Amino acid sequence: MTAVTDLRRDFDAIVIGASAGGLRALQELLSVLPADFAVPVLVVLHLPRDRPSRVPELLGQYCALPVREALDKQPLEPGAVVFAPPDYHLLVEDETSLALSVDEPVLFSRPAIDPLFASAAAVFSRRLLAILLSGASADGSEGVAAVRHAGGIAWIQRPEDAAAPVMPASALAHAGADAVLSLQDICNRLAVPS
Amino acid sequence: MVPEVTRDQETELFDMEVRLLLEAVYLRYHYDFRDYAVSSLRRRMRHAMARFDCARPSDLQHRLLHEPDLFAQALQYFTVQVSEMFRDPGYFLALREHVVPVLRTYPSIKLWVAGCSTGEEVWSLAILLAEEELLERALIYATDINPEALQAAESGTFALDRVAQFSRNYLAAGGRASLSDYYTSAYQGVVFDRRLKKQVVFADHSLATDSVFSEVHMVSCRNVLIYFNRDLQDRAVGLFRDALVHRGFLGLGSKESLQFGTHAREFEQFVPAQRLYRKVAA
Repeated sequence: MTAVTDLRRDFDAIVIGASAGGLRALQELLSVLPADFAVPVLVVLHLPRDRPSRVPELLGQYCALPVREALDKQPLEPGAVVFAPPDYHLLVEDETSLALSVDEPVLFSRPAIDPLFASAAAVFSRRLLAILLSGASADGSEGVAAVRHAGGIAWIQRPEDAAAPVMPASALAHAGADAVLSLQDICNRLAVPS
Repeated sequence: MVPEVTRDQETELFDMEVRLLLEAVYLRYHYDFRDYAVSSLRRRMRHAMARFDCARPSDLQHRLLHEPDLFAQALQYFTVQVSEMFRDPGYFLALREHVVPVLRTYPSIKLWVAGCSTGEEVWSLAILLAEEELLERALIYATDINPEALQAAESGTFALDRVAQFSRNYLAAGGRASLSDYYTSAYQGVVFDRRLKKQVVFADHSLATDSVFSEVHMVSCRNVLIYFNRDLQDRAVGLFRDALVHRGFLGLGSKESLQFGTHAREFEQFVPAQRLYRKVAA
């Protein structure tokens, strides 16, 4: 539990992946982020592909930071929470901008967590924090592996603590983690004021 | 404060090899992917490496240089685009309701589907124009860099398992009939009515290296620019601006925007929710 207060100094970006049961978890997590949280937060939540998502609007009500849906080549903004849009993968293009793609779904999902985590790892390597939450898919496992391989930090929600344990359990088995935490502990670590 | 760059050396080497591979492809085959967005290129190159059994991008580069047949197969990894007929039905509905009434005022109409891939959008537009009784006086340029994709586009053949989705989209897009009125079942799929493509010209054209070839009233280029970096996006949008007539229309993908590029002020939003723009007076 050391270095917790250094979150904003240690990381250039935070990526979060969630699927089944992840909406509630994200609501809790985003609600603890302080208004001066000066790190870009990028989120993939598995969504139905054929209709617009109201998730950013919905979760924006609980978050002190602006919550938006990504546009292609949008600048990476510190202190903004950006969601992958339905039917697009969200990628980190470089240190300053995002990109979208309509490449084939990963494990039946578009957006998928693996492409976000892997692209962020390629750009930020050690200065990336990845958080994997509840889900019933194996998406995220390759992404967590890529993040850790590049020297980044991965926190995984403790499977017994998750509404759907498959996704965190799968990532743990495949790639391990730098910390296995309850949602409450993840929130506590993120909520530390500057 | 500029953060210290701590990129993993392995990633750096991988990126370096990908850049050399793209340079090799450009010199050998004159296909220019050097300004494609790196985030998706990295991923595609990994897929191509797995498919052609190469451990490194430099191994793939070697094979691409020496095996032209392999390059033809590999091209799909550089350009693959997945689309549907009437993808984003709201876009086609907006065309019908807001763009068609303006197009109707011209004696002849030219449209350019840039990066048409396997033709889903071209056939969709042809059906829409036919239903609006505009197809006879329209000419649609359907361009792409991938000859195999163009061939597929021209054939108007689509797999049977995709048609149910196409039909749902068609109806949501304000279709006046039933999509099945426009195709016949054939071996392994459906074939669209050849009469629809009488007014379509399929042609090889690169947004990265070629220039404007005709004046047009509308450009539709959807989910193509997302694969370009900002420089190449600016080049492509510059071509669209030059090709468009005074007050011509530009349609982009639902999550694409002109606002981050250099040509933002040369267009105004026309139907913002559907990413339809209109060229402003110079």
